[in-house]
Amino acid sequence: MLVPKKPIDIDEILKDLDKYRPKRKGWTWRKRLPEGAKIGEYEYYQVSENLKNSIPLPAAHYFGGIDPQPEVVITSEIASGRFEDDIRRMRMAAWHGADHIMVIRTLGQSHYDGLIEGTPEGIGGIPITRKQLRATRKALDLIEEEVGRPINFHSYVSGVAGPEIAVLFAEEGVNGAHQDPQYNVLYRGINPIRSFVDAAVAKKIMASVNMLQIDGAHNANASAKLAWTVMPELLVQHGINCMYSLKAGMKKEYIALSTVPPVVSPMPEFRYNLPYAVALRELFDGFRFRAQMNTRYIESDLFDATRIHVLNTLISRLTSADLQSTITPDEGRNVPWHVNSIRGVETAKHTLVALDGMKKYVKLNEKEIREKVRELKMRAILMLEEILEMGGYFEALEAGMFVDNGYYPERVGDGIARKKDGEIAAGTVVPRDEDYMAPVCEHFGYNNLPEGIEKPCDLIGGCTFHNPDKIQFIDELDETDNVNLRLEKIRDMKKRNVIKPEVEWYSDGWIQLDMTFALPEELAEAAAIKLCEKLGLEEPTVIHKGVLHPAEGTYIEVKAKVPFEIEVDKLEIPKKPETLPEEEIFEYVKNNPIHVVAGTVGNDEHSVGLREILDIKHGGIEKYGIKYTYLGTSVPPEKLIDAAIETGAKAILASMIITHNDVHVQNMKKLHELAIEKGIRDKVLIIAGGTQINNDLAVENGMDAGFGRGTKGIHVASFIVKKLKEKEGK
Amino acid sequence: MKPRKDDFLERSKHLQKMTDDELNQYFWHLVEKVVDPLIKLAETHTSPSVERSVLLRMGFNSLEARKLVDMIFQRGLLSKGAGHIVWKIAKEKNLDIIEAGRALIEGKYWDDVDRIFKGVKKNACSKKTH
Repeated sequence: MLVPKKPIDIDEILKDLDKYRPKRKGWTWRKRLPEGAKIGEYEYYQVSENLKNSIPLPAAHYFGGIDPQPEVVITSEIASGRFEDDIRRMRMAAWHGADHIMVIRTLGQSHYDGLIEGTPEGIGGIPITRKQLRATRKALDLIEEEVGRPINFHSYVSGVAGPEIAVLFAEEGVNGAHQDPQYNVLYRGINPIRSFVDAAVAKKIMASVNMLQIDGAHNANASAKLAWTVMPELLVQHGINCMYSLKAGMKKEYIALSTVPPVVSPMPEFRYNLPYAVALRELFDGFRFRAQMNTRYIESDLFDATRIHVLNTLISRLTSADLQSTITPDEGRNVPWHVNSIRGVETAKHTLVALDGMKKYVKLNEKEIREKVRELKMRAILMLEEILEMGGYFEALEAGMFVDNGYYPERVGDGIARKKDGEIAAGTVVPRDEDYMAPVCEHFGYNNLPEGIEKPCDLIGGCTFHNPDKIQFIDELDETDNVNLRLEKIRDMKKRNVIKPEVEWYSDGWIQLDMTFALPEELAEAAAIKLCEKLGLEEPTVIHKGVLHPAEGTYIEVKAKVPFEIEVDKLEIPKKPETLPEEEIFEYVKNNPIHVVAGTVGNDEHSVGLREILDIKHGGIEKYGIKYTYLGTSVPPEKLIDAAIETGAKAILASMIITHNDVHVQNMKKLHELAIEKGIRDKVLIIAGGTQINNDLAVENGMDAGFGRGTKGIHVASFIVKKLKEKEGK
Repeated sequence: MKPRKDDFLERSKHLQKMTDDELNQYFWHLVEKVVDPLIKLAETHTSPSVERSVLLRMGFNSLEARKLVDMIFQRGLLSKGAGHIVWKIAKEKNLDIIEAGRALIEGKYWDDVDRIFKGVKKNACSKKTH
């Protein structure tokens, strides 16, 4: 069992892996709550059961810390190249609300003719192997218990080893997979015949364990220069894979379309994306929809990516989605980092919850949208007609019908053409002979089993699907590239109790810095690199730049490596303010009435923070019986001192939010000096508060105490009561 | 394909009068026509990966499955089914399936394989599918 405050023990995960069996197989949807279900004090229409352990959205603490979970499954794509770090990120993502973990494969695995074994490090993804899958599934089985919701594990059944990978996935409890022969053909350059023959076998195996299939049509979006022009073709591609899957034995409810709103602003995106989304959902009624976010137009700007994804999710809510995928906002600049995986999940969760039940208030204008929807369907139909006229799928493919940048029937002539008998693994498919036989279960196609055999694997005393003990577990094949070697370094660091910052791998040393220079683009970039060198950082790389103005300023984000370790033993944690028991404060104030004056000092109109310290409804000092005079915002220090004298206040609470040019330091000094001048300094406590204030800074500048971010009324009340008691004691 | 202008209005004349339901149905009718020959192809053909997947299900590991399929493919016998060949040898030699496969990898019993399987080559028809 996992303990929330303890890191997951990878050594423990790796122990006895050869004997580990997945807890369950097949896809799991979230358990939807009835419309109007209450979470905290609020009614929801599109939510599912709460989690046992989770991290809510940033603003949740204003609403009792609730963490409503949308009814839609949320995906997180994770692939750092090291499964032992992927596992840690999966746990982070699960705590933020992801229940579909999609593992990207290492570069080149789709061209690997067979299975990879062991735990070699990957590039841009992970080598999918039995050991990696089993370790990950074992970890996810623990993580799902910790968060209290099943987690769907997902990867890819594509490339030239599709049927074998499907067997592996079925055996190891993988719950979902991408499978679409068109993806192989168009984007991986694999022989078309091989791709379709393999796909049917793979699909039948996937169907046997109720794996959810996601297709690959959305890749046309990512490949076409003008993604909106491929909309008719997308309908055709979805159609082909859906129909092919049904005929291979899949049930409709386990076939999901991967769909992306094709375009983004500055195009008027909703007028394009919305009719397309409607047409798709009408044509493919009964199938499942995996709403993917747009990657085609993601640049290095995290904020722009986030804006795109919020609006993509709005389309999901305006139409429908069964799974909401998330794309990390840093996909445009590096292999995704931990924090950006989490940001992606938060963007989806935030938007889905924000738009909960919106269709009760908002309806699509059916009349306006209908014509566009019909046009899209007709364009797709015309494309199918032409494919058949050309002689069928392979002939159309050879002619370059697919991923052409023309809006069908328009053709630009730049489609991806693949030869039926060409490309990778051509000539490897053979016809099954009349006596062809396969003595195993869930085998697609012609199978000349001996008479009287009901279950094919009876011939061999059970196949691995019926007798998992027959599965052979290969541990490692490469002595120089495996998890044990990688973990040795980590074990050593843990033993010495040292740490480095990280973005994707344990203590990988990478940090990000952001800065603005009053320089044009190229110079700003050079200045940023120089800055990192002067800081002693290694391998500085500019990962994003934004021109604020061609001459006035450039914003730069840099990543660089930290060359040193932090010794955890020697770290000092600042002491938290001590609080008195509430009864003690109540009792003291009852017998010794306290009055304070309060205000935000200087030219500063912020009032929220101080009101929270004062007001009874926020748990402020008023709750304990302390009376106050609130002078408002932009109060000159003199006025606070005068008011304290007038009311006989025992304390002054001065809020200081604005800190430009150290105005807060000046104001603290001024309050202190004025109080001395007027002869009340020993009679009154002066307390400063604000987001940039801390106790040391405040005391240094003549205050009795300073309170920073996260301060509650009880902290201030405790301090006042304690000090007054001390004074009495003297 | 040769570049051409968007002639949607002209080309779609026969579709304009269809109801939404008719359009949806016609779409799926055409999709099925495109897919049928593809699925037929898969029913009656096999590949090295398909055969390795059979051997995996029979309990071989990936290294063994690859070697066996390579050997069978080189002999031009993939069309019989790799699992079929291993099963037949196991039965004839009274071996456990895995033992039989490993013996084949070591180069044993290939004469028997040739004797049993080389000969009549008739393609599968679709009379029987599982």
